[in-house]
Amino acid sequence: MSIHLIMFIAFGVVCVAGAINLLAQSHPINSALSLIAVMGALAGEFLLLGAEFVAAVQVIVYAGAIMVLFVFVIMLLNAGAEERTQGSRVAIILGVPGMILGSVLLAWVVLKHSGTQAVAVGALPGPPSTIGQLLFHQFLLPFEITSVLILIAIMGAVVLASKPEAVQKRKEH
Amino acid sequence: MPLVPFIVASVIKSIIVIFILLTAVAYTVWLERKVVGHMQNRWGPTRVGPFGLLQPAADGIKFLLKEDLTPPHVYKPLFLAAPMIAVIFALTSIAVIPFGTSITIAGYNIPLQITDVNIGLLLILGVTSIGVYGVALAGWSSNNKYSLLGGLRASAQMISYEISLGLSLVGVLILSGSFSLRSIVEAQSGLYWGFIPRWNIFPQFFAFFCYLIAAYAETNRIPFDLPEAETELVAGYHTEYSAMKFAMFFMAEYANMITVGCLATLLFFGGWLGPVAGPAPLRVILPVFWFVLKVFVFLFIYIWVRGTLPRFRYDQLMAFGWKFLLPLALVNLIATAIVVVR
Repeated sequence: MSIHLIMFIAFGVVCVAGAINLLAQSHPINSALSLIAVMGALAGEFLLLGAEFVAAVQVIVYAGAIMVLFVFVIMLLNAGAEERTQGSRVAIILGVPGMILGSVLLAWVVLKHSGTQAVAVGALPGPPSTIGQLLFHQFLLPFEITSVLILIAIMGAVVLASKPEAVQKRKEH
Repeated sequence: MPLVPFIVASVIKSIIVIFILLTAVAYTVWLERKVVGHMQNRWGPTRVGPFGLLQPAADGIKFLLKEDLTPPHVYKPLFLAAPMIAVIFALTSIAVIPFGTSITIAGYNIPLQITDVNIGLLLILGVTSIGVYGVALAGWSSNNKYSLLGGLRASAQMISYEISLGLSLVGVLILSGSFSLRSIVEAQSGLYWGFIPRWNIFPQFFAFFCYLIAAYAETNRIPFDLPEAETELVAGYHTEYSAMKFAMFFMAEYANMITVGCLATLLFFGGWLGPVAGPAPLRVILPVFWFVLKVFVFLFIYIWVRGTLPRFRYDQLMAFGWKFLLPLALVNLIATAIVVVR
């Protein structure tokens, strides 16, 4: 086994363990921190696949910016630990194995019949210049449409977050 | 280079760089106390050693020997982790900073840098953006109103100014066409019209202005030290910390200052470039000397600003970041892109 594969599996384990811990923790801030661990581990996986730019962006945007906002909101609301509720036993006995079985089946079907192959190490477009070429030549239209979509989402968020009186006032003017 | 010499060289370089960085952190604190003292018509530290030069050692011993209090009402795991997060990520960014050209030992060409990765600048941005958690979690886990307010202010301020900081660097990236700090410096070699060095500060003056201000805000220094404003918040996010845990935040702050100085030197002032002459050993030492000199000037300006300016009000800080600095960085970026593409 090459050192790449060992590290890939290690990051994968951290990723899955973080995701499970996210669900298991009762305090929101612990869940948010597990999500950061998941993001960091994902960045490691990208790095191992040779996509260093995507890895850096994963850390800067997701772990460094979006999750800081999550933590910020949790801190601002000073959210306490959730109460543990006794969930239904049927859900645990049937649901968990059912979900695992379902995802394994799905992965098997997709890999078997769609002709998709596992991504080889270094096969992804890694250097920032390659990503830039792809984004601004081949995928220019989707890229621009996505940016407009994000702009609409930002404006929607501003409208939703502003007080109703302010909106009313703006209409009167 | 074969694996074994590579590992040996990397370990030795890391040890030397970390040792120098920690010493520099200690002596930046001394420099600050001395310079601010003289600016305020005081002497600064004078008792321990000549000119108070052994004061950092005395402070270090004091931090280690003081009682390490943990208040009973804190959220312990995060209370312990927060200073570690702050100091680890503050020290990590030094790994990609080049100090000079390269030396040849036993036939191997060893660059004066721990590692030259082709996303060096992005790595530094990523590491500093993770460093915010140290401050934010310290404020939250202390379970104290002042700490929480300090932590909230710090995270809001860092997110706001990170955008201007990132945008101000894009102009430099367009000019040099690389994320590797070594290539960015090498792109600045040469002269304009035969006598002005080809440093990025001249075509990118506004970017440098944005970078410097945003970096002051990122490192929570006066005039942007709202997160630890003594007059309102006791000591902000590290109110509940004592002894070595407090010292870790202190070290993180000064290590971040040094990183900011190094980045400014590399991106805008030609890094280790400068007049080099003389025999071979001097040709290796002189570039390192120029680099250290430039970083020292930045540290001095940091301290000078601290001794000169009063603190902003919080709404002024946010308005300045979003309504002035961000548009300025954007306009500079567009202008640079137009000039380069044309």
